[in-house]
Amino acid sequence: MTLVLNEEQRLLKDTAKDFLARVMPVAALRELRDQKDELGFNPNHWQQMVELGWASMVLPEAYDGLDFGYMGLGAVIEESGRTLAASPLFSTVVLGSTIIIEGGSEEQKSTFLPQIAAGTLSLALALEEKPHHQPSDFATTAVADGDDYIINGEKLFVLDGHSADYLIVATRLQTGTGLFIVDANTDGIERRRHHLIDSRNAATVRFNHVRVKASSLIGNAEQGQDILNTAMDYGRICLAAEMLGAASECFERTVAYLKERDQFGVKIGSFQALQHRAAKMFIELELSKSVVLDALSAIDEKRADLPQLASLAKARLNDVFELITNEAVQMHGGIGVTDELDIGFFLKRSRVATQILGNSHFHRDRYASLCGY
Amino acid sequence: MSDLDQFRQTVHAWLEENCPPSQRRPITRDEQVWAGKNKTFPSNDAKLWFERMRDKGWTVPEWPVELGGGGLDERQAKILKEEMKRLGCRTPLFDLGIWMLGPAVLEYGTEEQRQQHIPKIARGEVRWCQGYSEPGAGSDLASLQTRAEDKGDHFLVNGAKIWTTNADKADWIFCLVRTDPSAKKQEGISFLLINMDDPGVSTTPIELISGESEFCQTFFDNVKVPKSNLIGELNKGWSVAKSLLKHERKLMAEIGGDTPGPSFGPVQAALEYVGLDSSGKLADRGLREQLVSHEMAFRAIGLTHFRSFEERMNGVADNNVPLIMKYVGTEESKRKEEVLMAILGHRALGWNDTEFNDDELLTNRGWLFSKALSIAGGTSEVQMNIIAKRVLGLPE
Repeated sequence: MTLVLNEEQRLLKDTAKDFLARVMPVAALRELRDQKDELGFNPNHWQQMVELGWASMVLPEAYDGLDFGYMGLGAVIEESGRTLAASPLFSTVVLGSTIIIEGGSEEQKSTFLPQIAAGTLSLALALEEKPHHQPSDFATTAVADGDDYIINGEKLFVLDGHSADYLIVATRLQTGTGLFIVDANTDGIERRRHHLIDSRNAATVRFNHVRVKASSLIGNAEQGQDILNTAMDYGRICLAAEMLGAASECFERTVAYLKERDQFGVKIGSFQALQHRAAKMFIELELSKSVVLDALSAIDEKRADLPQLASLAKARLNDVFELITNEAVQMHGGIGVTDELDIGFFLKRSRVATQILGNSHFHRDRYASLCGY
Repeated sequence: MSDLDQFRQTVHAWLEENCPPSQRRPITRDEQVWAGKNKTFPSNDAKLWFERMRDKGWTVPEWPVELGGGGLDERQAKILKEEMKRLGCRTPLFDLGIWMLGPAVLEYGTEEQRQQHIPKIARGEVRWCQGYSEPGAGSDLASLQTRAEDKGDHFLVNGAKIWTTNADKADWIFCLVRTDPSAKKQEGISFLLINMDDPGVSTTPIELISGESEFCQTFFDNVKVPKSNLIGELNKGWSVAKSLLKHERKLMAEIGGDTPGPSFGPVQAALEYVGLDSSGKLADRGLREQLVSHEMAFRAIGLTHFRSFEERMNGVADNNVPLIMKYVGTEESKRKEEVLMAILGHRALGWNDTEFNDDELLTNRGWLFSKALSIAGGTSEVQMNIIAKRVLGLPE
């Protein structure tokens, strides 16, 4: 276990920071929003991210991956949080490829992974069915019919669901959980894109008697839930990394404002009422850094305490990102509630990220249960 | 096998052979061996364990061998600490000289001063206490008024110090005194060592809400102190004190002070005093939420200690991290005590009453004691000021 980036990882992080600031600043997200972009991300930017190796970074070498590990990818994702960069990286690589790597057949791996590495295939995980995160006991069913399965149900809050080439849908089999990888254009699939407060996108995906081949099942009914759990934990940790980057950026912008804004003839940063709140945020960020790094290293080392770390990281970053975005708006005063200032984008992203793969109550409850109480 | 792995094996074997089994059980307050010229040992095993560690230099593992230390580097010292923890070995010697004064003398003392004081601290022959705060100088430490007048061949000291921990049992005291009353605040202060046996020094204990009275008040009435007892330059005592406070804050962040407390942790206590319901969760959901919030924060703090250590070892130290640890460590320790009190319910409320077992009685003592943690060594509010100004660079 190590909580320090090595030389290569640090270099990667610097490159990412530089690229994102130059090519995908917050202004890029603002542009996607204002133009009501069809896709919700810029394919040209995504192609550049692929060329930097971000899509292949955690894939095995045998399938055109770089096998560089999550400490590295986490560093990139943290930087992407600083500029709120919108891309299919999370849905396709973190959630999608993990499910295929963890549970896929040789044929599924060699079909999908090289295309993911090349940036020519995007995936979305169709998981949620209720207003709150629920990681098991799905109402969507998959019933065997000869050599095929028939899928029926409705999935909500499917990130990048409207644009993905393939969907991985979590279903209830006769016994256990079935994960199916399905061409998004298969007959019977209806997709409705939704615009969310954070200017990214999610879809409602309806499966009306969708017929899929048995070979599209990833793993089997016994393994399905475990495979899904692993992918969700990777997702929670990477999302925590993104939230750490975003919260850090929002905090730094706020501290800079405290040093520049004059009121009552002095800088407002000289007020102790604001200083202690700023110090508190700094402390929370420092603790968060350690938690995120340890969680990322737990993925790379395949540690047994991974589920605990995933819940620790997600719960903490949900709370810290919420605290910091609220304080950032308040400390900016009137301008903090204008659309002109970027702070609002961070505030909105915070609440969406919180709902993805479990809010803080979900993760504190899970952490306590994992610890035997 | 790397050198460090080899070292770990050697240390482990030595501890196995030399640490008596009785010294591998959790230590109670009465069993601690404190330094001093009139040192007492709670048992023969404690004496044996202390002597063996002393002879090895491992009472102060990182100090130079020629001054009675173990000569270990930071990584080796960490391994020793880890192996001692793994076997449950007790800390063989307790003293403020080890934790605070020693590092300052090593950094600021003259060769004579090092020779005079360091070996005695390493061997546990002198017990030290601290004289910083005064009745009128708490958080605003730099306003201290204890005077040391230059009388040619000696200083004449007059004044009073408060919160002098265990001063009634100490042999020597290290003090901040005002040597230039005309200078501005920090600039006229010096760092002085005073023998508690000197004529004119007297001490009275202060009783606390926890029933303990380890804190004292110490008075100086025309005490003559040799000039050779000045550490660092005249009127430059503030920088010595700051370096020392850093050691104190680090110590308090790490162990939450020398807190008395029950033998169980909060989770264990919750299983016993609250219990699980049929779903395998703590029967009181509110307490469960309180407990898990504390446990998760505690883990984040532990990981941050570890990250800070790793960063130092890899030469990428972020000097800001240590500045937050006193605040988070002590505030979280206080929260832990509140959680424990809540978990034990009215079983935590007994005071010197035989209806309650030792752990129950210690729970409220620990809770009361913890209130001092975020006051001593710089209040939480002072820590927040430091972070705001020094780390974030916010204006005065």
